[in-house]
Amino acid sequence: MKRFKVSVHIVPRKGLLDPQGKAVADSLRTLGFAAVADVHVGRHVVIEMAAADAGTAEAAVRDMCGRLLANPVTEDFEIAGVVAA
Amino acid sequence: MKVGVVSFPGSNCDEDALLAIVERLHESAVLLWHKDHDLQGADVVILPGGFSYGDYLRSGAIARFSPIMQEVVAHARRGGPVIGICNGFQIACEAGLLPGALLRNESLQFRSMPVTLRVESVDTVFTRAATPGARLTMPIAHGDGRYTADAETLARLEGEGRVVFRYVDATGEPTAAANPNGSLRNIAGVTNDTGTVVGLMPHPERAMEPLLGSTDGLVLFESLLATAKA
Repeated sequence: MKRFKVSVHIVPRKGLLDPQGKAVADSLRTLGFAAVADVHVGRHVVIEMAAADAGTAEAAVRDMCGRLLANPVTEDFEIAGVVAA
Repeated sequence: MKVGVVSFPGSNCDEDALLAIVERLHESAVLLWHKDHDLQGADVVILPGGFSYGDYLRSGAIARFSPIMQEVVAHARRGGPVIGICNGFQIACEAGLLPGALLRNESLQFRSMPVTLRVESVDTVFTRAATPGARLTMPIAHGDGRYTADAETLARLEGEGRVVFRYVDATGEPTAAANPNGSLRNIAGVTNDTGTVVGLMPHPERAMEPLLGSTDGLVLFESLLATAKA
């Protein structure tokens, strides 16, 4: 078994009202970043784990997202990276 | 009737719920510790308000995996009554006992205030003693209460009469101004497909004493008694 660091982005599902993202976008515009069109605030989770290979580690983290890390009703996730730890 | 009130680490309405059952309804009630695997013979389970497990990750997400919740889910699947109040509603949704999810309030503010609810369905074990369309006043106290579900689920809930409570104004209309958290269709509470599991963000257990400003929460528990005696 090798050790891997798997990072995953969890974001609010598109189309759902995202008041946190809107509040941050408004603040950025207030600071003068007029080009900001939209902001979404999500979570970045890093999991350190043992696995036979990178593919196995990623598959396990997808399962974790489906069962705990992301809410299937309101959130989407994407694996941001799998690196040997 | 014996009521079991689950205590998670971070629950803060468990004792209130227990007192409401014992002192106002004169029924027996026990606290059920989150690590236990035993409902202690409870006929009814209350998932109380609070911030279970710090509400880390998402409100209710961690509580769903506690040992006692396996028993609560089995109880619900057998048709046993379960009511989720505030954090308990969030937990019931995370556990798949109820459809949908509760997201951060649209205002981003924690809202602690009395609200007016309209009874939308009396086909549940917690509302059968209520009058359809009746208006109830009880407090809310939450930051994550915006009820959300996909369009298909919402249509099914509405079509099957499973929206139990809606936030309304003084005239009984579900206006945007009467909606404290941005819930879709002003939904404050829903039920499962058998009317045995109910979740709501407002706190009926805090509206059971005249001293606290309202006794409108009593009807939920009187409904249970009516069910138990039926």
